[in-house]
Amino acid sequence: PAGRASLSRTELRARDGRSGEEEEMSFQLYPGHIPTSPLQKALLAAGSAVMALYDPYRHDMVAVLGETTGCLALRSLRDKMKHHPEGYRILQERPRIRLSTLDMARLQGLPDGSLGREYVRFLEHNKVSPDTRIPPKFVDDEELAYVIQRYREVHDLMHTLLGMPTNMLGEVVVKWFEAVQTGLPMCVLGAAFGPVRLSARKLQVLATQLVPWAIQNGRNASCILNVYYEQRWEQPVKSLREEIGILPPPDVRV
Amino acid sequence: HFGFQTVTEAERREKIYQVFESVAKKYDVMNDSMTLGIHRIWKDIFVRKMNPCPGTLLLDVAGGTGDIAFRFLNYVRSVREGQLRRKLRQQQNLSWQEISESYQEDNLKSLGDSQVVVCDINREMLKVGKEKARHLGYSEGLSWVLGNAEELPFDDEKFDVYTIAFGIRNVTRIDLALQEAYRVLKPGGRFLCLEFSHVSNPVLSRLYDLYSFQVIPVLGEVIAGDWRSYQYLVESIRCFPPQEELKAMIEDAGFFKVDYQNLNSGIVAIHSGFKL
Repeated sequence: PAGRASLSRTELRARDGRSGEEEEMSFQLYPGHIPTSPLQKALLAAGSAVMALYDPYRHDMVAVLGETTGCLALRSLRDKMKHHPEGYRILQERPRIRLSTLDMARLQGLPDGSLGREYVRFLEHNKVSPDTRIPPKFVDDEELAYVIQRYREVHDLMHTLLGMPTNMLGEVVVKWFEAVQTGLPMCVLGAAFGPVRLSARKLQVLATQLVPWAIQNGRNASCILNVYYEQRWEQPVKSLREEIGILPPPDVRV
Repeated sequence: HFGFQTVTEAERREKIYQVFESVAKKYDVMNDSMTLGIHRIWKDIFVRKMNPCPGTLLLDVAGGTGDIAFRFLNYVRSVREGQLRRKLRQQQNLSWQEISESYQEDNLKSLGDSQVVVCDINREMLKVGKEKARHLGYSEGLSWVLGNAEELPFDDEKFDVYTIAFGIRNVTRIDLALQEAYRVLKPGGRFLCLEFSHVSNPVLSRLYDLYSFQVIPVLGEVIAGDWRSYQYLVESIRCFPPQEELKAMIEDAGFFKVDYQNLNSGIVAIHSGFKL
């Protein structure tokens, strides 16, 4: 939970007779990190998957699922970033998208159609804030923890670029796009199981128009984590879409 | 110690307060999940061991969400019903007038003057407890007091029974809590403590450790969204004195005929002592 004092486990070493697993749990790699054994990760993955399905409002469970299952995908994302000039810079500079770091007034003052203006419009219209992204806990690599954090913080920009709202339907579409882009098992599961709670009409629109479009975008687009969004607020959304390779959203009525 | 961390006493009290503040709403759900519902049986056995008769004044310390208090009320109510039934059977030769008179005076005391005071240091836990009482329909013979086990807000020699169930582990100065328990009990009063203890059987101990350290924090994260509080829980159990040591501490506070009973091979133990 945010605000709680971090517990270091150096005292654990003083206790003998403990299983070896706890020895490796003595090291916290970043604030908020909770080291976990493979068994715990497996249990967490299973438990969070069930809980996320049972109670869709448990966003923390979706986050935990992503962290416990995303090891391979995160590594591959990190490598993609390392081998791209802009992505490499992001890994070095570690920008964070938070209300404290964003100059909201400046972004609102940007011309219509620019990334910054449309992003702020999206936040206001859907009544969301970039500060609700949950920090990672169960990723056992400090750089990969940043990668997943970046993925979470860039999610709202995905909504903006794809033109999708934050209702269930919009979220599922973005999940499909992210699943193809990142390969994170959590995105794949979310994309596959998210639709179960949608009405038949929405499912039809989803299946016939939105998902094919999302998949096509996911395939064609360059890696979304390799874009230094904070340096492109003035860029028109249209131009950024072309640069990345995202087609504008189809006109659908639900 | 806060779990396996070393902290000052003041820090420990603060941290433990925060733990229970955070877990209060999901406390009962988590208890059921972690112990697969067995904690209910432990508490039933505990109250049965207490075997309170109607008219008992019970102080339940760290009683938070009311589990012991409600069981106590149920128990004395059923004992009272039994008493009334027996009394009726003996009144077969009385006139209708006399029978109806005795009905009236007895029905006013379905609990037989038994009372339980639930004392807890944590406001959130008390809130949850009061809400539960309201929801389950407990109102008579029950009161809720905010207080610290190390410094109870009660006069000397007030209570017949003092209980502390799964609470003494969280007290920073156990010796003070035991002294306070001694102080507020009447002569002849009984001290009862239900707490996680030590498993001596090596096979069971390994399985128990595995379950505690691998599964319980995961349950805490998945059900309550709170890994750290449940990590604290399992660590605090390991740090708590084992059966014999706790027995000695209770004796040091002045209690006599101190004894303990292991439940589930020592996963849980009930300690009992008398103020004579």
